[in-house]
Amino acid sequence: MSVTDTRKDLENLTFTLIADFEAPVERVWRLWADPRRLERWWGPPAFPATVKEHDLTPGGDVAYFMTGAEGEQYHGWWRITSVEPPTSLEFVDGFADAEGKPDEDRPTTVIRVRLTARDGGTRMEMHSTFDSLEQMEQLIDMGMAEGMEQAVGQMDALLAA
Amino acid sequence: MVVRELDDEAVDLLFHALADATRRDILRRSVRGELSVSRLAEAYPMSFAAVQKHVAVLERAGLVMKERRGREQLVRTAPDALSRARRALDLLEAAWRGRVDRMTRLLAEDPAPEDDDPPRGRDT
Repeated sequence: MSVTDTRKDLENLTFTLIADFEAPVERVWRLWADPRRLERWWGPPAFPATVKEHDLTPGGDVAYFMTGAEGEQYHGWWRITSVEPPTSLEFVDGFADAEGKPDEDRPTTVIRVRLTARDGGTRMEMHSTFDSLEQMEQLIDMGMAEGMEQAVGQMDALLAA
Repeated sequence: MVVRELDDEAVDLLFHALADATRRDILRRSVRGELSVSRLAEAYPMSFAAVQKHVAVLERAGLVMKERRGREQLVRTAPDALSRARRALDLLEAAWRGRVDRMTRLLAEDPAPEDDDPPRGRDT
């Protein structure tokens, strides 16, 4: 199992996830740094991500959208605040309008990712911070898409058992 | 503060509640502010009773609360800030667990490094 630990801090509105992968740091980094790989895991299978722009340099932007079964699109963007290949990445994650233009009125999340070599594999620590509860709730739309996906995955596992 | 995990039954109720497009839409609307069941019913091509049923499923999953005001039944998201935060964080956790699963699968099938285009931001 990959997810080693999660911590939810309701008072400070932060979520931390620690995952261990059986692969060297360089390869885990490429899942973030290569847009074609990124789009294979960022969105759930029912809402696959398409990465239109991908500039992992300080001040650079990543622009993406996720497409649902009925063709509906959720646009998002990252603004890179700090990057140290292949071990650390910090960015602001936000919503964009239908044209992909960042929507300044909607919530943003600060995400920090750190990769460290550990026991021949890689430990990934992901830390996300929200400014307010309202922000978190606006993110529910995306979370719900994933929640469904999880439900379907659980059903598949049950059927295969 | 570390929060308890959702138990299996609560997770089932949550996923069931969110597995329907109408219920997701009702939830989105109620996040924006309280609204009446009759107003909701006008928004969908279905009967008042059918909308009520959807609201009841959301209510059982702890996503919304119903409140009677005069002749109106109002629907709103759970008012307790802590339970709202917990719900949002649970959904976020589900999203990230899914992402990590997919990352793990990609790493398992990915060819060895250095055999195709190099990662961005590094010289080769």
